Amino acid sequence: MDAILFYCLAALALASAVLVVAQRHPIGSALALIATLSALSGIFGLLGSPFIAVLQLVVYAGAIMVLFLFVLMLLNVRREEGSPATGRRVRWAALAFGALFIAQVGAVLTRLELAPSTTPFAASPRDVARLLFRPEYLYAFEATSVLILAALVGAMALARREQ
Amino acid sequence: MSEGLLQHALYLSLALFAIGAVGVFLRRNVITVLMCIELMLNAANLAFVAFSRAWGTLAGQVFVFFVLTVAAAEAAVGLAIVIALQRHKDTLDVDAFDSMKG
Repeated sequence: MDAILFYCLAALALASAVLVVAQRHPIGSALALIATLSALSGIFGLLGSPFIAVLQLVVYAGAIMVLFLFVLMLLNVRREEGSPATGRRVRWAALAFGALFIAQVGAVLTRLELAPSTTPFAASPRDVARLLFRPEYLYAFEATSVLILAALVGAMALARREQ
Repeated sequence: MSEGLLQHALYLSLALFAIGAVGVFLRRNVITVLMCIELMLNAANLAFVAFSRAWGTLAGQVFVFFVLTVAAAEAAVGLAIVIALQRHKDTLDVDAFDSMKG
């Protein structure tokens, strides 16, 4: 049952990821990306991390993608027109790069033979939060709050209209 | 959980990362390029979750949490820069932004 669900979600994620890249209209790309993120959220749940699955839906598919759609509609973005001068060469170079990347990293991954751990695995929000507030991650966690604050101030300063 | 599932999750992560990386080169719209970067970050997250399950430790999940935070900050600042660029040059084509001669 888990396996069937996993392969369905994986196929959905792959198909919509291809749509993100293959599409010329940015709004279509954004909607396809939301489908990819939702499918990945299901996969996270299947792999035994319910906290990350919900976080993925709320933060990624919710907040971040709504921000993207908001900016797309604010700027009234149209279909992108291809630039014929570099278009064809860049396209083949990019596809060759992608094939080379998959071949190289895939060759490493096939040697890995990853199997689920035999020890009982619990990843409830409580367990993740306990680990997050332990000394080894506490300072990094506090640093992310400074990062968010800096991003907030930076975004407002950048998007402000010049007087 | 069946044996090959985590291995296939890693292959899915690899494929998603490659699609995102190819998209960064293929697409000419700045916002679509940013979305491809988000796709690559998510591929990394999937690998973190798979390794977390394989080794039975939660450290991978904590890293996904940090990646999520950084992605949110990156999207906010990146889109603010996109708005500033649109105001400055009135286009979103990546080829138009070459004033640093990169």
